[in-house]
Amino acid sequence: METVPLTHILFVSTALFCIGMYGLFTRRNLITMLMAIELILNSVNINFVAFNKYLYPYKLDGIFFVIFIITIAAAEAAVAIAIIINQYRTHQSIDVEDATELKF
Amino acid sequence: MSNYSYIALIPLLPLASFILLGLWGRKYFKTSAGIIGTASLLASTLLSLYAAYSYFFVDGKINGAYGKVEVLKYTWLQFSPGLSIDMGFLLDPISIMMIVVVSFVSLMVHLFSIGYMKGEERFATYYSFLGLFTFSMLGLVLSTNIFQIYIFWELVGVSSYLLIGFYYDRPSAVAAAKKAFIVTRFADFGFLIGILILGFYGGTLDFGTLLQRLTSIQSSEFISITRASFLGVSMLTWGLLLVFMGGAGKSALFPLHIWLPDAMEGPTPVSALIHAATMVVAGVYLVARLFPLFAMDDAALQVVAYAGILSALLAAIIACTQTDIKRVLAYSTMSQIGFMMFALGVSGYGESKGLGYTASMFHLFTHAFFKSLLFLCAGSIIHLVHSNDMKNMGGLRKLMPVTHFGFLIACLAISGIPPFAGFFSKEGILMATYESNKFIFFIALFTSALTAFYMFRLYFSIFWNKEASTEKTHHGEGSLSMKVPLIILTACSILAGFVPFSKLITTDGIPLEEHMNLLFSIAPVGLALLAILLAANLYKKANTRPQKLSQSLGTLYIAAKRKFYIDEVYLFITQKVVFNLIGRPAAWIDRNIIDGSVNLLATVTGKTSQGIKGLQSGSVQNYALYFFSGIAALAVIFIYLWK
Repeated sequence: METVPLTHILFVSTALFCIGMYGLFTRRNLITMLMAIELILNSVNINFVAFNKYLYPYKLDGIFFVIFIITIAAAEAAVAIAIIINQYRTHQSIDVEDATELKF
Repeated sequence: MSNYSYIALIPLLPLASFILLGLWGRKYFKTSAGIIGTASLLASTLLSLYAAYSYFFVDGKINGAYGKVEVLKYTWLQFSPGLSIDMGFLLDPISIMMIVVVSFVSLMVHLFSIGYMKGEERFATYYSFLGLFTFSMLGLVLSTNIFQIYIFWELVGVSSYLLIGFYYDRPSAVAAAKKAFIVTRFADFGFLIGILILGFYGGTLDFGTLLQRLTSIQSSEFISITRASFLGVSMLTWGLLLVFMGGAGKSALFPLHIWLPDAMEGPTPVSALIHAATMVVAGVYLVARLFPLFAMDDAALQVVAYAGILSALLAAIIACTQTDIKRVLAYSTMSQIGFMMFALGVSGYGESKGLGYTASMFHLFTHAFFKSLLFLCAGSIIHLVHSNDMKNMGGLRKLMPVTHFGFLIACLAISGIPPFAGFFSKEGILMATYESNKFIFFIALFTSALTAFYMFRLYFSIFWNKEASTEKTHHGEGSLSMKVPLIILTACSILAGFVPFSKLITTDGIPLEEHMNLLFSIAPVGLALLAILLAANLYKKANTRPQKLSQSLGTLYIAAKRKFYIDEVYLFITQKVVFNLIGRPAAWIDRNIIDGSVNLLATVTGKTSQGIKGLQSGSVQNYALYFFSGIAALAVIFIYLWK
């Protein structure tokens, strides 16, 4: 069976990371930004899995990290959505630029 | 040995009265404050009389000498195993004598003030201050170590400040209070350094141990303190002189006396208590307390003697020219304290050499009575005439018979006319001086004649001179509470001289046999009588002779009337020299360099924050951008630059 080379997988994960970054900085909608952050996290997950498989095939450390990250991402999504709901209640919008009162 | 723990109550009762009246006086004790203060003082006085009785006549003597008793002593602040500040009460002949004098005079003043300060707005405050003062003074004389005395010394200064400035709506009173505080504080600066020197070399602050170590020639402490020297003078002399400087400040000796005449701005009973009978003799008491040490050092004793005689003479000359009744009395106080000081200065230690010491303490004792009597009489005169100036008085002898009698007795006593109190103590001083220093003796003789002259100048100008104007008689001599202290003090001024002092207080505690030499007394008494006759001739009836006399004396008279320009010298030194040469440059440095550097720092910080505050934009995505750039920078550093 032909195996996929590591570089291809890294390429996918880098692309995913860059898309996430791009989304995070260009979108003004908080939910979209949350989705962008999830993309970044998942690009990291791919890296972990890939390196685990190619460098230390008989260990599971990378997989454990991924499970941890998925768990934390779930918690983070709950917190983020709570923040978004609260912003909607106070500002009647979920546009990030409508909430810039905390400044100098 | 009986139990002397009740001694603690003597200072604590006035303290209780201070706290009670200070906290709740204005609300609850507006009129009864006088009674409360007087009652607490009465209890203190009775206790101290009892203590004096049991110490002197029952059980104070050990092997024929009066020893020291320490009561309720405990360690307050431990510096090192050998050095600590203790608190406690020290009983020996002089401290017992002082608590009797202080509590008694204070009681008289409390009683007198009930009438004198009646209707005063801050009546209760006045009594609370009196309580504070009495507490501190009693604490001062009962101190067991030199640092404890210093603490009470400052407390006394504070209460004196409060009482001089009692009429704080009068600018002159405020200025006088400030002056008194600053001058005595300046002197206490020397006192503190002196304490440190003695404590450093002696290795202890406790009076008993200190004196014991530094007066035995073989002890290592004595050798080290006499070996060490600064500017060619041994550290022992330095320490004693600096301690004496503190004493000279409190006791208004030349040249630190300038605060005392101004301190007369306070209520008159306060002058009687603080600036005549008790606080100003604290310096004398201090020297007496450390006397065995002073006796080890001739140079320091010489300074004490000459500072004393100079103050006595100068003050007596100035007193002859003043017209404010309280100022005359203030200068007379200064002169009498000079007497006590030089008596200590010419004294030696042990047996008959210590006559000067005994005489000095005796004079302190008798002076307290007749001087407080003089001041209280002055108080009742001012109460009647509403003026301090002798020119507004005259012919008062029929209007105020009690005061007249008291004043006359006090004048006779201070002039040293037998058989009144001052005679015995002054004879003692003159005798001791005659035996050790002839030069000082002749000046002292002259000063004592001057004393008689200015006191009777005062007496005749107030009570004789011209007819009293009738309009001033709208109220009589004052209430009973004002007369009773006068009568009691008059009795004391007559009788205090008969106390067999040399049997009670001597340098080494061993009683001495008294030997009065009547032939010796002829000269001083004769001179005093002559001076009284001269004063009677000049001032008994209104005439022009005093003016002629003062004109013929010319510059001397003017210089004396201007108090020998000492105040002006101080003003010149402080305002012209100190302010211009030190004060103004220091102010310039403070304003420009110190403030400038702080301002510069503030400006730089402000400008920087102005510049970078835009970063804190409030936009989440900006923060995310900074975060990622930070991570990227760290990544670059870790990957490429971290070797």
